[in-house]
Amino acid sequence: MDDFFNSIKLRIDYDNKSKSSKGKKNRKMAIPRDLLFKCPRCQQLTFMDEFEKNQKVCLECNYHSRLSSKERINMIIDEGTFIEYDEYLSSKNPLNFPDYDKKIEQAKIVSGENDAVKTGEGKIFSKLSVIIIMESNFMMGSMGSVVGEKISRAFENAIEKKLSVVLFSASGGARMQEGIISLMQMAKTSAAVSKHNDAGLLYISVMTDPTTGGVTASFASLGDIIIAEPKILIGFAGRRVIEGTIKQKLPDDFQTAEFMLEHGFVDMIVDRENMKNTIYNILDLHDFSNGRDGGKLNNE
Amino acid sequence: MNDVSSWSKINIIREKDRPTIKDYIHLIFDMYYEFHGDRYFGDDLAITGGIAKLDGMPVTIISNVKGKNIEENKQSNFGMAHPEGYRKALRLAKQAEKFKRPIICFIDTPGAFCGVEAEQRGQGEAIARNIMSFFNLKTPIISVVLGEGGSGGALALGVCDRLAMLENTVYSVISPRGCATILWKDSSKEKKAADIMKITAEDLISFKIADDIIKESSGGAHKDPEETAYNLKEYLNKTISELLEKDIETLLINRYNKFRKIGEFFEDKSSL
Ligand SMILES: [Zn+2]
Repeated sequence: MDDFFNSIKLRIDYDNKSKSSKGKKNRKMAIPRDLLFKCPRCQQLTFMDEFEKNQKVCLECNYHSRLSSKERINMIIDEGTFIEYDEYLSSKNPLNFPDYDKKIEQAKIVSGENDAVKTGEGKIFSKLSVIIIMESNFMMGSMGSVVGEKISRAFENAIEKKLSVVLFSASGGARMQEGIISLMQMAKTSAAVSKHNDAGLLYISVMTDPTTGGVTASFASLGDIIIAEPKILIGFAGRRVIEGTIKQKLPDDFQTAEFMLEHGFVDMIVDRENMKNTIYNILDLHDFSNGRDGGKLNNE
Repeated sequence: MNDVSSWSKINIIREKDRPTIKDYIHLIFDMYYEFHGDRYFGDDLAITGGIAKLDGMPVTIISNVKGKNIEENKQSNFGMAHPEGYRKALRLAKQAEKFKRPIICFIDTPGAFCGVEAEQRGQGEAIARNIMSFFNLKTPIISVVLGEGGSGGALALGVCDRLAMLENTVYSVISPRGCATILWKDSSKEKKAADIMKITAEDLISFKIADDIIKESSGGAHKDPEETAYNLKEYLNKTISELLEKDIETLLINRYNKFRKIGEFFEDKSSL
């Protein structure tokens, strides 16, 4: 066991040295992330290649760790079918909030994205759908104007094209740096969900790690069907805030996907390896063109 | 421009005898009947709601409840609602829609309650459901901030056709204290945070989020609750008649657009 850690330590040192010359931008990437995954749920260390082979799911406890929006698209959308919407929308600093511009610039570099959500349309085993994927690498997936606008537009596009929406949430909540404007994005997105709902269209909300705060308290909780990945964090209030209020430590399973399932706020928990199939089947069950026109159930 | 700083406003709304909904309700409305319970779990006294008359017109009232002493605050949980509070609010709002009564929401809360049971009973879902459902209510909705409007807990009563704020009130995504803790790991810098966050009524007007400011009595609402109540009543009467002139379809489209417009961003590739 000692050897295991020594060899890793050596490789980390080497990595840090070899990359430090490339400047500050890359330093974050240089740490053991390249090599090891430490599970935030069970603390188990796994070699990165094994972890990645397992679709970034902890081999020990089945925690479904965070994916970038690109990784998610590769996993869910048929190759070459994704058409991105509004990719050039990017944040302003409406409050002149200190250091916000710098934070945005850094987040763009770290995530390779322009903001904390990717929207578009693509095919899931040939079924066309509007896809919304939040990007936790961009300022913890927090929701400001850009996230609110892109999600609202995506739902509006779906209404126009009569498409279902599949949304993967991953967010720490509202983006504090945009103040009250970020809070109002909860209303804006929920209104768009409501319109899509009124049009009789399907919205599948897939909660991934983490789904918290203002995102839980708006569109993520409003799916016709709510799916969660195993062992992820779902909640409204921050754990530490609650612990501060009640002055005791909370159990480990508090605010997990399993906790939310038990309390009735999630329809089902689906493993990553079955996710695409499950979404496809649900889309298929809602597809009126598919040998069933609704008969007398169809009011039109 | 008003030169009262956001911090002095916060001090005014934190005055011990700042009037709450319990002071205003009988000064503004007649025949208030309070109704209880969400019909699923229980009754949350952090939110009061019911029916009353505003100069002869039946209306539905939904409000956060703050106390003025420990006893009252224990009962109303310092204005921090649990999910059943928001679900009671939604039940009463749908009742208002059925009987074609305008809805008047009063916002006065630091935020939704953060606790174990609130999570178990779906605090996030309850707030989300209110926000979404209020967009579809086929009756006019006015929301008025009476003290502080804190985060999602305020927005749960904040989807409306007209948002008004009493002169000294604030509305924010996170408390100045919370913001200071995150920014500088120092909650005592909340005064500085309050300025940065742009949370006053004037700020919200400039963002086109709030529509109107209602005058308080000189020095703050606590100096003369009756005068402030009079101003509130006048505003509500005027605004309800304006909203009732519109047909419901127009009202709902306007309500959607009011929130749909909020947000500032770059659109072009060239801005990157
Ligand atoms: Zn694990």
